[in-house]
Amino acid sequence: MKLPLRFLIPALAFAVLVGFFVVGLHRDPGEIPSPLIGKAAPAFSLESLGDPGWKVGSADFQGRPWVLNVWATWCVGCREEHAAMLEIARENRVPIMGLNWRDDRALALRWLSQLGNPYVSVAFDPEGHVAIDWGVYGAPETFLIDAGGRVVRKRIGPMTPAIWARDFAPLLPPRTAVP
Amino acid sequence: MTPRRKRLLAVLAIVAGVGIATALAMLAFRDNLLYFYNPTQVLAGDAPTGRTFRIGGMVTEGSLKRTAGTLLVQFVVTDYQHSVPVRYEGLLPDLFKEGKGVIAHGHMTESGEFAADEVLAKHDENYMPPEVAASLHTPTPARVSQ
Amino acid sequence: MIPELGQFALILALLLAIAQVVFGLSGAARRDPAWMAAARSAVVGQFVFVALAFGALAWAFVERDFSVKYVAYNSHSELPLFYRIAAVWGAHEGSLLLWSLCLSAWTLAVTAASASLDPPFRSRVLGFLGVISVGFQLFMLTTSNPFERLVPAATEGADLNPLLQDFALAVHPPILYLGYVGFSVAFAFACATLLEGRLDAAWARWTRPWTLAAWLFLTIGISLGSWWAYYELGWGGWWFWDPVENASFMPWLAGTALIHSLAVTEKRGLFKSWTLLLAVAAFSLSLLGTFLVRSGVLISVHAFATDPKRGIFILSFLTLVIGGALVLYAWRAPRLKSSAAFEGTSRESFLLFNNAFLVAALALILLGTLYPLFMDAFELGKVTVGAPWFNLMFLVPMLPLVLLLGVGMHAAWKRGLLSSLKTRLYAAAGLAIAGAILISAAAYADLKPMTTLGFALALWVMLSSLLIPLARLRARQPMPAAVIGMVIAHFGVGLATLGITGVQSYKVEKDFALGIGEAATIAGYDFRLSALRSVRGPNYGAVEADVVVSHGGRPVTVLHPQKRFYDSGGNAMTEAGIEVGAARDLFAALGDDLGQGRWSVRLQYKPLIRYVWLGAILIALGGAIAALDRRYRLRVAAAARDAVVSAAP
Repeated sequence: MKLPLRFLIPALAFAVLVGFFVVGLHRDPGEIPSPLIGKAAPAFSLESLGDPGWKVGSADFQGRPWVLNVWATWCVGCREEHAAMLEIARENRVPIMGLNWRDDRALALRWLSQLGNPYVSVAFDPEGHVAIDWGVYGAPETFLIDAGGRVVRKRIGPMTPAIWARDFAPLLPPRTAVP
Repeated sequence: MTPRRKRLLAVLAIVAGVGIATALAMLAFRDNLLYFYNPTQVLAGDAPTGRTFRIGGMVTEGSLKRTAGTLLVQFVVTDYQHSVPVRYEGLLPDLFKEGKGVIAHGHMTESGEFAADEVLAKHDENYMPPEVAASLHTPTPARVSQ
Repeated sequence: MIPELGQFALILALLLAIAQVVFGLSGAARRDPAWMAAARSAVVGQFVFVALAFGALAWAFVERDFSVKYVAYNSHSELPLFYRIAAVWGAHEGSLLLWSLCLSAWTLAVTAASASLDPPFRSRVLGFLGVISVGFQLFMLTTSNPFERLVPAATEGADLNPLLQDFALAVHPPILYLGYVGFSVAFAFACATLLEGRLDAAWARWTRPWTLAAWLFLTIGISLGSWWAYYELGWGGWWFWDPVENASFMPWLAGTALIHSLAVTEKRGLFKSWTLLLAVAAFSLSLLGTFLVRSGVLISVHAFATDPKRGIFILSFLTLVIGGALVLYAWRAPRLKSSAAFEGTSRESFLLFNNAFLVAALALILLGTLYPLFMDAFELGKVTVGAPWFNLMFLVPMLPLVLLLGVGMHAAWKRGLLSSLKTRLYAAAGLAIAGAILISAAAYADLKPMTTLGFALALWVMLSSLLIPLARLRARQPMPAAVIGMVIAHFGVGLATLGITGVQSYKVEKDFALGIGEAATIAGYDFRLSALRSVRGPNYGAVEADVVVSHGGRPVTVLHPQKRFYDSGGNAMTEAGIEVGAARDLFAALGDDLGQGRWSVRLQYKPLIRYVWLGAILIALGGAIAALDRRYRLRVAAAARDAVVSAAP
């Protein structure tokens, strides 16, 4: 039984196409990597959310790794990741500073008291100046800064335990080294 | 001409047609493929001179300047390592905002400014299909909702 | 509670879909009537549960249940009821549920209407449709669950994208999906036929009305999208050759080729394996479109942060379904021989050309859509293919297609063209050329060769279509629905060509800075900004302008473009002011406050643009009329008799 080759052409062409798609999927063209990675974390000093007389900033955690989590009460994804942030805070491996972005102070404080507070401190950035320095263009976003003050990881979108375990936790120094 | 000859001729004609069409298509590509560059690449000279291309990045906060009463706008597009000034005469898309992503279509001028003939904001709805997946990443609203 | 029930219903639907596949395909193989009947019951059950799941999601939206993640992301407490329901398909997860609902509805319809089909064949069709259902339901349950809960629940939703808060765009997805998904019927019919290894003319007669129906929904869906883009996006464009648009246009081209190829297979038993391949291709392109749009694999200004898991799932599903069908084709199609002679100017010949040109256009658009992906895969840079390339590539095969269309409509089966016909056609051609020159010169005072050619071809097709009813009336011959449908649809093609030629050749689009009392002129029309005010809508505030339009000193209309700011926050949105006319559209859109009392305004003159969509409506109408032709229903009864006779052992 002869199988005329031309009948196989559609299947073969399709196979080639699938090959390209497989390559294409792995390349993730939509992602623009943060140019901040590897650079020094932009310095800032802002009012604390809870106490306008108190200042918090990038210098607070000098010499140790820390996490900056950008959030706001108008951001649905922030609500979604909140449970994950609380869990990460409970692990107590690295301090998390919140950056409350373009938000209302009273609403933000109420949010934290109702849903729980994973943050060691929260910086209040109602105008968004600091967020811009960090290249933030949406919420939630989470940054990991190493002990040398360099941004080593950025997560755009809600944090999940899986992503924390896969992308952030391995970059932290082992537990015994925490001062 | 026998039916078989006819069929052979038809096949040859189709193959020839396909060949010519593909060649023409590829040729036409050269003028119509728009390459994308970020500001760092543009300043490094990677972008073609004298030809239209796309530049993309974030709009630097505070860089938007309007020449009052005219259509002329100027802003700076950056990738946080390098910046390129852009000039554009026309209506900006609804989603255009300082601090947000932008793509401009145009060419570099000798003065080092990018002359844009089209400006698209990232996630621009020049065409927004209903299938757009809800982004888990919420851009900042103009007003905080109560 | 209800969302959980919805999810449960979806799980049950998946199980029933699996049953449909198993009982459908093995029931046919075993020729077991009980199993084949079970497959049909599974179809009914699946539809019920998918409908329940859809209803549950709709309820969650209507009741503003922000504890459901999908609702929280796509709705808002102030969102009007109509849009709360439309929001069900406003994003990825919900639109998948809509896909699934359309598929189970089509499957149910096929089941109900196929009682006279050979039972094993019918069973196989249902089995193959079930495979697709399984895929979509599995996709939802594993990667894109619309019922996922948000803990803790949001107090307020993120709102439906304001662009989607529009009637046309709200109904656009259901109609579009009915089209995309409808091609699965032809696909399943083709697979069942390939599996059985024999194809008779009855297959083509069966498939044709279903394919016509799906195709006409797709036609309407695409036109709605284009019309919406025109008036809603504020920029007056109606087609952008965007990958997402192309994803819906390619199945349409394949579908158009398919309905014409089916005609040949039905009437003359020719092009059998080609028609089968087209049937596989049309639905494959629908699936491919789904992949391109949801996997994030294409570079587009609309790159969304999609989960790569989804992309992998769709690609695997695609490979299985399309790859499987194509392998089936390669294995079985060689058996299907058809050979009959036909003259060079016979209808068969013209339909062959029709298919050749349509497929050429399809292939070029596919190339242009996927080229950026190839470039990126080989790390040759991030590119986009500009609209001018697509315009040129589409034009090249379309010109001969439209030209031949005018002749092919009149061609007879097997024989060459009658000489009596030739005279009338020459007359029509002459009139068309004269008319084209007249329009270009008199109405627009601008004679361009390509434009005149476009007008001439448009008029040629329209006049040629009208020759058919004219001839039949004179000869007092009846006109079956199929012929009426064909005439209307082809007339629609001509009308659309007229519109496209007009708008592309003579449109004017310009931006101006206008202060109150200032005016600008385009194409002989004066646009004067006479007032600006603040207005309120149900969930937005806006700046509205009065733009007074006059022509040669005489007032024409007042346009009211708006710049809206939705209460839920987010960016501004432009609502254009449009004056619709038989010969042209006048268009004004507000830009921004430029200071010094001036606003930027985009003004447009769009001649003949309404005919683009009017033509498309006629095409769809023609398809609908043709699908209702009596012979599909009559022959069904005859086929039933034949089936009974041949099935006897």
